[in-house]
Amino acid sequence: MTDATLSFEEAMEKYDPVLGFEVHVELNTKTKMFSSAPNVFGDEPNTNVNEVDLGMPGVLPVVNKTAIESSIKIGLALNCKIAEKCRFARKNYFYPDTPKNFQTSQYDEPIAYDGYLDIELSDGTMFRVEIERAHMEEDAGKLTHMGGATGRIQGADYSLVDYNRSGVPLVEIVTKPIEGAGSRAPELAKAYVAAVREIVKNLGVSDAKMERGNVRCDANVSLRPHGRERFGIRSETKNVNSLRAVEHAVRYEIQRHAAVLDSGEPVTQETRHWHEDTRTTTSGRAKSDADDYRYFPEPDLVPITASREWVEELRATLPEPPAARRKRLQADWGYSDLEFRDVVNAGVMDEIEETIAAGATATVARKWWMGEIVGRAKNADVDPGQLGVAPATIVELNQMVEDGKINNKMATEVLDGVLAGEGTPAEIVEKRGLAVVSDDAPLLEAIDAALAAQPGVADKIRGGKIQAIGAIVGAVMKATRGQADAGRVKELILERLGVEG
Amino acid sequence: MAAINRDDVAHLAQLAHIEMSAEELDRMAGELAVIVDSVKSVSEAAGDDVPATSHPIPLTNVFREDVVGHTFTAEQSLSGAPDAYEGRFKVPAILDED
Repeated sequence: MTDATLSFEEAMEKYDPVLGFEVHVELNTKTKMFSSAPNVFGDEPNTNVNEVDLGMPGVLPVVNKTAIESSIKIGLALNCKIAEKCRFARKNYFYPDTPKNFQTSQYDEPIAYDGYLDIELSDGTMFRVEIERAHMEEDAGKLTHMGGATGRIQGADYSLVDYNRSGVPLVEIVTKPIEGAGSRAPELAKAYVAAVREIVKNLGVSDAKMERGNVRCDANVSLRPHGRERFGIRSETKNVNSLRAVEHAVRYEIQRHAAVLDSGEPVTQETRHWHEDTRTTTSGRAKSDADDYRYFPEPDLVPITASREWVEELRATLPEPPAARRKRLQADWGYSDLEFRDVVNAGVMDEIEETIAAGATATVARKWWMGEIVGRAKNADVDPGQLGVAPATIVELNQMVEDGKINNKMATEVLDGVLAGEGTPAEIVEKRGLAVVSDDAPLLEAIDAALAAQPGVADKIRGGKIQAIGAIVGAVMKATRGQADAGRVKELILERLGVEG
Repeated sequence: MAAINRDDVAHLAQLAHIEMSAEELDRMAGELAVIVDSVKSVSEAAGDDVPATSHPIPLTNVFREDVVGHTFTAEQSLSGAPDAYEGRFKVPAILDED
């Protein structure tokens, strides 16, 4: 069943969106939040666990100090206050993703609260998102639903559980309601999650890979008529796991809510599931008794106190904030405001930085990412960084061009080969026989022919009008089917005509 | 007045996945009411100057260094599982929640 939607424009004319986000960040500590089992992604199921993660009777959790420090750092980077004293609680529910039948989480005493994040939108507009709290908790195990037609839980016969992820430290960052974004709401949603991801990556406290679930976003959306202060009823779209999906999900929910409200019905307060294939959401469960979690203080863990000295020690270790980093990178790279904003909006700033670190100049790195890779990523409908171009590949391609082994046109062909999985640039050049003609003899032959065919041009060049050389170079490139190095051709023409370059 | 009634007990039993008969609910409502009332007398003893506590020992920051310790093999992890498949716990599909 498909839900009715209004066009985004009509929805915006009639209603004012209010957003809220819960972003879960998996910390990249070596061990789990409460056990010494390794925090590693992708290993053999149920091997990165011990008795604590499996919720065996009589075991005692012990808090990971590094996880606390990482959480405090996240709080500080989000301009939060750090609680002098806080504690863990038990969130009780029965579901096979937690073998303990409760999740150990912070509830009424988060470690960080009352912060904010200034978000820069694509046109440079700044938007302040207020942070309600950032609290610590543990991740749950991974369920795979088996049987049924679709692999989804609907119609599944049974589920298989891997507890490797169980107990992985999480920090959940909760915003206050975000008002006033208007039609920029979808864009703000994406920019906010991108900013959080950038911060935790920059702090080094999370691998921050959305495709691996290191950063997961639940997006709350509600609409109200323009001018009304009271919030509408919200939906919560769970686990929106790419930046593009966050933008799309918020946009879709705004359109869906608008249609529901237009029909005169109230919006149902419920969980929605995001479907990347259709870019729509479907109803999950309505809020019910299942959300009666009966939190109570975790008796097996003593409170955490964060002395002001400790907090200041941690503050002193914080890296340069992303906004300051952007300013510095722009200055280092010598990009104009517009060039730099394009780079940021295309989501390739980190990639360009890595490419420069791998040995490319700022100009070369930008030329490749903005000129070649961003477009290809758009066509493939993935983020540029996920297309599969390694910084070293760009450096290698560029070196080949500079050495005159291949020209720019061939280099883009080689790039396509790399993306098609045909091998390294050197291998592809070899396989496809893509070398520029560097032997001067065939070039000179083509040059002589071109000069003979265009004697007027030859005379102009002899007379000092060097810019006329383009016509001869063009003819030579044509004759050699683009396999010549244009720079070398130019040199040879001038040499032939006895003109100083 | 009792702070917990029969409906509360029925609700809690449902949340805790405990099946209870009508007689059990009646009896438990009475017993729990006594317990809750007894615990309540503690708050009468503590004045406003006594902060609420979740822990009787004046201890904070019991930490572990972030160093990898022991783990189980998949076989050990699954040794107590009622059912397993390909190294993972096999459980009934629960449609109610996700």
